[in-house]
Amino acid sequence: MEFFHDVNIDFLGKKWYFLAFSLIFSVAGVLSMLFWHGIPWGVDFRGGTLVYVKFSHTPDLSAVRAAMDRAGLRDPKIQSYGQAPNNEVLIDLAQKETSEQALDRGKIQIIGALETNAPAGKQDLNNSSSLTIKNYLMDKDPMHLGSDADQKYTAQAQAIVEYRDKTQGGVLSSFDQLKGAADPAAVATLPDGFFLSDFGVRNVEIVGPQVGGQLRQQAGLATLYSLAGMLVYLGFRFEWIYGVAAVVTVFHDTLITVGAFSLTKTDISLTVIAAILTLIGYSNNDTIVVFDRIRENIKLMRREKLSEIVNRSINQTLSRTILTAGLTFLTVLALFLFGGEVLHGFSLALVIGILIGTYSSIAIAAPIVVAYQDWRMDRGKRPSAMPAKAR
Amino acid sequence: MNRTLLTKLGVIVGFLLFFLFGIFGIPKGFSRDGLLAAMGERIHLGLDLRGGTHLILQVQVNDAVNVDAQNAIEILKEQLRKRKIDYADIIQPDQQNNPDHIVLKGVQASARTDLMSIVQERLPEYDINGGAENSWTMAMKPTNLAELKNKAVTQAIETIRNRIDQLGVSEPTIQEHGLGQYQILVQLPGVDDPARVKDIMQSTAMLEIKQSLGGPYPSEQAALQEKGGVLPADAILLPGHSMPGAEAEGPAWYLVSRVSPVSGKDLRDAQPSRDQNGQPSVSFTLTGDGGQRFYNFTSAHVGDMLAVVLDNKVQEVANIHEPIRDRGEISGGRMSEQQSKDLSMILRSGALPAGIKYLEERTVGPSLGADSIRAGVRAAIVGMAAVLVFMLIYYRGAGINADVALILNLIILLGFMGYSEAVLTLPGIAGVILTVGMGVDSNVLIFERIREEIRNGKTPSQAVDQGFHHAMTTIIDTHVTTIVSSAILFIFGTGPVRGFATTLTFGLLANLFTAVFVSRVIFDWILSRKQRGEALSI
Repeated sequence: MEFFHDVNIDFLGKKWYFLAFSLIFSVAGVLSMLFWHGIPWGVDFRGGTLVYVKFSHTPDLSAVRAAMDRAGLRDPKIQSYGQAPNNEVLIDLAQKETSEQALDRGKIQIIGALETNAPAGKQDLNNSSSLTIKNYLMDKDPMHLGSDADQKYTAQAQAIVEYRDKTQGGVLSSFDQLKGAADPAAVATLPDGFFLSDFGVRNVEIVGPQVGGQLRQQAGLATLYSLAGMLVYLGFRFEWIYGVAAVVTVFHDTLITVGAFSLTKTDISLTVIAAILTLIGYSNNDTIVVFDRIRENIKLMRREKLSEIVNRSINQTLSRTILTAGLTFLTVLALFLFGGEVLHGFSLALVIGILIGTYSSIAIAAPIVVAYQDWRMDRGKRPSAMPAKAR
Repeated sequence: MNRTLLTKLGVIVGFLLFFLFGIFGIPKGFSRDGLLAAMGERIHLGLDLRGGTHLILQVQVNDAVNVDAQNAIEILKEQLRKRKIDYADIIQPDQQNNPDHIVLKGVQASARTDLMSIVQERLPEYDINGGAENSWTMAMKPTNLAELKNKAVTQAIETIRNRIDQLGVSEPTIQEHGLGQYQILVQLPGVDDPARVKDIMQSTAMLEIKQSLGGPYPSEQAALQEKGGVLPADAILLPGHSMPGAEAEGPAWYLVSRVSPVSGKDLRDAQPSRDQNGQPSVSFTLTGDGGQRFYNFTSAHVGDMLAVVLDNKVQEVANIHEPIRDRGEISGGRMSEQQSKDLSMILRSGALPAGIKYLEERTVGPSLGADSIRAGVRAAIVGMAAVLVFMLIYYRGAGINADVALILNLIILLGFMGYSEAVLTLPGIAGVILTVGMGVDSNVLIFERIREEIRNGKTPSQAVDQGFHHAMTTIIDTHVTTIVSSAILFIFGTGPVRGFATTLTFGLLANLFTAVFVSRVIFDWILSRKQRGEALSI
């Protein structure tokens, strides 16, 4: 089977279309970053408190909001999260609620606000740790244990928590569900000291303001170092203009990807930055493959014009480029569709980035090199022989 | 089949067995569950997959510097007194940010040589400079300052590790975090309610035994009034628990000696116990040296009161009935049983050299971790299957070759994870998936080149040879660039992101071996069985 046999497309001739296409997307992204959604930094970078809550029933967002209002929490962002049948809600409290002295105050307030049906003096079994349950059991001693009570009740408490989290997905809706999960005597005493709220906390992220700023700086530095590394490596392997072309290309990819995050208002988390750095590597791969072919062809086709050589090289590698991009895209798409909500931003960045990265190695990187050589020619100099040294 | 080919096949089988062992060890059974259990033992899962708590702590290293500076001020005062040099005042102008800056005021220029020699002999880690109006500024030398701060971090890590070990958290990670910002990363797998652990880690647990010189007083003013407005130079006022028998809950103040004959450093052991009223308490024993000092102190002060001070708060005061050598008890303050257990544990683990502050806290509930594993594995299987099937359809015979290489690539990658201490995180699973996509790139590059060479009329064996030869440079270039970006990720990232960088790097390294070497051997083997001129399935 073969998709591309003897293709001969004049890519360089379409460079103005490419330029227009890239400009539209970059400018749209930049405008959104500047005037519309801004850069949607995730909690890792802006600081704040995120609490992911799973309800035992379809969550009523306005009720959640009302509960937050009653607790005096100002302007939390409340949104349903993941697929609807999971009944999950994400509560996002802005940074000012999180002083560094009491980093987890926001979290405690949120959980307290949601425990609306709490009877006095009882604890919430859905949000109790195994230690709390163990201490309670030790106190009541329903199994009349002697010397090794500590160990045995620890085991009971862990069994209860494990059953709640692993089998019931984190929320129990009735004490009856625990039958068989732990010793009947232990289970029977639980309702005396515990009640069941209608939610369980799945995940908490609290980032103090100081870390946020520090991480933002580090993410920026990491991206810059990555770009600089590419520039140096390509300058060393090829010629400096190829390094510059590759870096401009990658910058273009990064800009469009971040722009897409701004346009869709998707949070940029640490893993998204990881994805972007990976894309820098990936987009470069594509560019290098084309450059390698150009270098090889320059030696074979000494008479031809550079634009002709470049076009030929792109066409020769086109089959590979599309195949690899397609296959990588397949895997990334699997990640986007099946990888779960935690990886949503990460896989979104990869899905966008791989499309853009593939396009840009053809539409941006090669034309830059040709444009530079044409400009040199115009100034009356000889085109520099591309492979300074063919290593 | 010729000899070299056999050797190469041997190498490949050897690699395969070696890395299979890395993944599974020697499994107890070959059932699905047996293999999964064996794999679970070899490959460490990250916090985001197994559930747990991730904390970033800031060590307030200036605390440690401040302690050192105050010590230096005491030494200065003592020496100045000894050499009969007059001074007006010694202050730390910026205790908050630069506690090592000390200013001496009102020392005559004539005392210069003496002052210099005091600093040189007794405080060699400080620099001293003269300023205007008989004032002198001292600051710690940069190397000493850096050393002191780093030592505070190392000590804090050590202390926190001691405490966490005693809490029975399995496989905790406690390490320095970031680049020189005096931060500590603590990861506690399986801990989903970090409140208690956080309190225990944060407790400075600075224990001092001092002489009690008066009190309790209902307020600071009351104490001052009784002493006629001025406190004795060698005494300080410290708050304590509410006054015994008092109706209203309120602080009580005690006047205690500035020096402490015994401190937390002199403890040999501390255990939860009960005091004479049957209330939970902590009893401790002192080291030989500390015991001797305690004995000297108590023999000299029979009939006086002593104060047990914890974190600058008077825990209790007691009469000294007779000289005590090496035992003591901390009670009072209405301790609960759990508190007495925790306090004795904290005391055993030693004091923190500086306060700590929490900067970041993340908790992943185990239910989410389990869901993430399910989702990650499903995505990996779907992605992998799509690639394998596509390669078979597109390249037919050679597709099998690529698929074998790809599967071997995965085995090596997981084997790497098993052998190393690296942890598999959710983004790490994504890295595995991505390796499949990017790894197949090498095969595509080579195969496309072989097809091209065949089109140009080369024989199959020439085409294979040329295909590998030409694709090689490109493969190296692409791998180097990706590994460079993964390395940067690894250096800058933590936790999940680091897991991603790890699997991606391992995966690409393994890919160099499988796509280039293994794939080539398979081609050679196929070619060796073909008649001359027979076409290659690609």
